[in-house]
Amino acid sequence: MITEASLNSVPGISAMYRFQWEQAQNCYVLLYPEGMIKLNGPAGEILALIDGDRSIIEIVALLKEKFDGAEGIEGDVIEFMQDAENQNWISLQA
Amino acid sequence: MANASCNAKPSLDSVPGVTPSHGQPLWLLAELTYKCPLQCPYCSNPLDFAAHSNELTTDEWIEVFRQGRELGAVQLGFSGGEPLVRQDLVELIGAARELGYYTNLITSGVGLNERKVAEFRQAGLDHIQVSFQASDEEVNNMLAGSKKAFQQKLKMAREVKAQGYPMVLNFVTHRHNIDQIDRIIELCVELEADFVELATCQYYGWGYENRDQLLPTRAQLERAERITNEYREKLAAEGNPIKLIFVTPDYYEERPKGCMNGWGQVFLTVTPDGTALPCHSARMLPVEFPNVREGSLSYIWNESFGFNKFRGYDWMKEPCRSCDEKEKDFGGCRCQAYMMTGDATNADPVCGKSPHHHKIVEARDSAETPVEGEFIYRNERNSRVFFRSE
Ligand SMILES: C[S@@+](CC[C@H](N)C(=O)[O-])C[C@H]1O[C@@H](n2cnc3c(N)ncnc32)[C@H](O)[C@@H]1O
Ligand code: SF4
Ligand code: SF4
Repeated sequence: MITEASLNSVPGISAMYRFQWEQAQNCYVLLYPEGMIKLNGPAGEILALIDGDRSIIEIVALLKEKFDGAEGIEGDVIEFMQDAENQNWISLQA
Repeated sequence: MANASCNAKPSLDSVPGVTPSHGQPLWLLAELTYKCPLQCPYCSNPLDFAAHSNELTTDEWIEVFRQGRELGAVQLGFSGGEPLVRQDLVELIGAARELGYYTNLITSGVGLNERKVAEFRQAGLDHIQVSFQASDEEVNNMLAGSKKAFQQKLKMAREVKAQGYPMVLNFVTHRHNIDQIDRIIELCVELEADFVELATCQYYGWGYENRDQLLPTRAQLERAERITNEYREKLAAEGNPIKLIFVTPDYYEERPKGCMNGWGQVFLTVTPDGTALPCHSARMLPVEFPNVREGSLSYIWNESFGFNKFRGYDWMKEPCRSCDEKEKDFGGCRCQAYMMTGDATNADPVCGKSPHHHKIVEARDSAETPVEGEFIYRNERNSRVFFRSE
């Protein structure tokens, strides 16, 4: 089921994937049966804040705290969450 | 130092799948044992498996996993033979998971039960792949050499999903089951597989011995591929997320596969007795391969003779040496070159430029007029015949 991403949606990592920091690749990765997706910096930082509890707006607030000057990122984060849901990496609760 | 692919704007066009960019053994395949309750005549295991029964201990395996992780390995496959035969499997899974591996159990499902599926989950197993021989009970059991196999597999596939694992179903396809590809796909949909491997039989080990009984005709293959594509469209339109992977059969190609993404680039197989190989078939080659009991995995991967033997391009002969496609396919499969031409440094005979390509063409031709013969089943008794005769 595809849900439209909004600031109040709560994302969770899909059961198909495991998310972790991978030292040998020096980046966050998503692992799935016999495969690996390497995530770029921002994608990794966003997914690292998903815990199945936080809403997108809370994740945005944490990102702003962590990265000085991360203003106006709401649009980018929502767009990324929507893409990630379309790829089945995450699911979104309205 | 930051990895180039780990910077910039959040995007999905990161690196898909496993890439060989770092030359790390990202994929560690642990063949825990050659013991197996089934006898598939297509099995890619070595013919003389019964000669290699001196299995690594639990501690030796865990040390291999630790060293593999240090070299950058992230995917760990438990395979064999039948990995469920190992009584310490749950311990091995736990240790691998603790080291940070994504753990894959590659099994026939025979020897599995509800309790084990739960224990493995608790120990941190990430994924289970169950193989079937056919969609039809009778054909399945005839190929497996076991009357109970099919019902057991059905039950276990349901259990794997019920306990929340991602599940891959694997069907090795050949002349005896490929015409039922529609029923195979429907069975996978019914069992709620996440991925389906329609793995066109590769002719190694027992599969090579039985090739004349297994190789489908071109018409059979083309039909199967067309039906698979039709199902892909239909299932996608229904919103079914199941992914059908059709492994292309190299016997009907004019260029070889880029075998293992290149020798010693991504894959590291450790066999039951500790012999380390750049691919699971390489044991047949007249090359000395290292053993984890005698050297570290880092030595094996970086320095050993066996792992460097076919790295790069210097070992190549013509027509590969001066070919502008060599960076694409690395001259194909070393095992296939050796089996069919007697020299592992030759081009894979699948290649239309190989002077031995006629051997592939002859195999295709004889698939058109099959002579009904008997399968040689993969079991201890038959295996002993092969290692005595060597
Ligand atoms: C050698 S088996 C070992 C694990 C387990 N005994 C099983 O059969 O699932 C590993 C995987 O290779 C597949 N396989 C075996 N022989 C093959 C061949 N000749 N070509 C392609 N795949 C093969 C099996 O179906 C299985 O998924
Ligand atoms: S492919 Fe068949 S015979 Fe070979 S190891 Fe697996 S179950 Fe056993
Ligand atoms: S000649 Fe060798 S390198 Fe060239 S396409 Fe054929 S197998 Fe590949």
